[in-house]
Amino acid sequence: MSMQMYREQILDLYENPLNHGALDPHDFSYEEDNPLCGDVIKIDVRMGEDGRVTEVAWSGDGCAISQASASLVTEEIKGLTLEEIKKLDKDFILELLGIPLSMARIKCATLSLKVLKAGAYGIPDKSEMRKHL
Amino acid sequence: MFDVNEIRKDFPILAEEAHAGVPLVYLDSAASSQKPTAVIDAMNNYYRRYNANVHRGIHRLSEDATNAYEDARRRVSEFIHSPSPEQVILVRNATEGMNLLAYTWGIANLRPGDEVLTTEMEHHANIVPWQMICEMTGATLRYVSFTEDGLLDMDALPDLLTEKTKLFAFTAASNVFGTINPVKELVAKAHAVGALTAVDAAQSVPHSIVDVQDLNCDFLVFSSHKMCGPTGMGVLYGKRELLEAMPPFMGGGDMIRRVSMEKSTWNDLPYKFEAGTPSIAEGIGLGAAVDYLNQVGMDNIHHHEQLITRYALEAMSEVPGLKIMGPKQAELRGGLVSFTVDGLHPHDIAQLLDGDGIAVRAGHHCAMPLHKKLGIGASARASFYLHTTTEEVDLLVASLHRARKVFRL
Repeated sequence: MSMQMYREQILDLYENPLNHGALDPHDFSYEEDNPLCGDVIKIDVRMGEDGRVTEVAWSGDGCAISQASASLVTEEIKGLTLEEIKKLDKDFILELLGIPLSMARIKCATLSLKVLKAGAYGIPDKSEMRKHL
Repeated sequence: MFDVNEIRKDFPILAEEAHAGVPLVYLDSAASSQKPTAVIDAMNNYYRRYNANVHRGIHRLSEDATNAYEDARRRVSEFIHSPSPEQVILVRNATEGMNLLAYTWGIANLRPGDEVLTTEMEHHANIVPWQMICEMTGATLRYVSFTEDGLLDMDALPDLLTEKTKLFAFTAASNVFGTINPVKELVAKAHAVGALTAVDAAQSVPHSIVDVQDLNCDFLVFSSHKMCGPTGMGVLYGKRELLEAMPPFMGGGDMIRRVSMEKSTWNDLPYKFEAGTPSIAEGIGLGAAVDYLNQVGMDNIHHHEQLITRYALEAMSEVPGLKIMGPKQAELRGGLVSFTVDGLHPHDIAQLLDGDGIAVRAGHHCAMPLHKKLGIGASARASFYLHTTTEEVDLLVASLHRARKVFRL
């Protein structure tokens, strides 16, 4: 399983990520970590007047699987509405990655989607939350 | 005569394949050790031949079970040189031992203005309980930092260990750096300011001789599953007068002397702290693990691990971009090596090693404050035990080279 996991596309994206960076201002932003391994992903999103994603950027630190997944997810959601983002599930990520994953690594793969959906649902950003407390 | 190839025959799992056609190389003993046949048999024997509740029944099975369980406690007590088996409280694991201490001694004794001192190289099990109890009692939690080499910053100690310190809770051996701390010296320094000491010995009891009387520590905790014993079993050792003065932890059966509708009186040590039916098979299993370790000899185990660690430190440093955490000298370390490799995330390292049948730990090893201070999210860790061979270390190094190639490094 290990070698299939690190196929060409995953390693390419690890070396040259897509949509890497930050967007300020943004319409929503969210950051979350995977407490098991310390991976962190932050995603900033800008929406157009038609209610669809126009720009998206991500930053963070983590393993090849979580980083490649962030590139693929952010690429894929351009043009989607918030409602469409909310409907994305685990299988969407697994299909995008196209590699076999063990239970432990599925968490790495889905971190970026978790972050994105939390943002889409309007759950307050962790740093925002701290400011208000 | 210590022969690692003979030792390996004692562990049935070492004959397993990690994947089809790929032998298992188990380098994760610091997370949980493998079990020798003697331990597995002792537990099976209890379930097959004399399974019954302890401390109650007037029948043959219950008496046999009680004798076996209490006999295990005696052997554990001797293993750590405790003055008496009553001072060996059997709990679920080191974490529960530390929580028991925090919730009983801590709540009864800590007040605003008091300080609990711990270190920045602790496992979460020796940080979080004290954070919770300090929050409850108004006491303050302080930390001794570590040096670049992963040693405790002894120069910082005089400012932190003061008459305000009520308890100094520290690890005997770091589960990340591998650092072996000068426990006896730290205990003496704490006592000099009137503080009590709680030692997290989860990474030291499995690997070296621990003598609680010689260390003169007030409390000490460790886990069975890291010392060839089963999960679900651990120990809190304490000085008798301290344990006797502490209120009970959980209420229920076994821990009482007399119960009326209005009030109950507590049982004697150790039962005051052991409410409910205990983990009987696991206690018996720990007893068998202690017998096994004694039979091999703790000095032999320590010596073998030193040999392997020295070999690993040298062999691993040949991997380009590999950085070893913790002390450079093997004699200051226990049998584990945590490391990072430039350009390779620890999770990816562990994944690729697993492909070669090699089990290591990757992540923050339940020591997030330590990793945060180092400015890294995670590390990989290879840990050794009495059955580890130099050939296994060679396989690890070869696999690390291969992992770099996969990542085009």
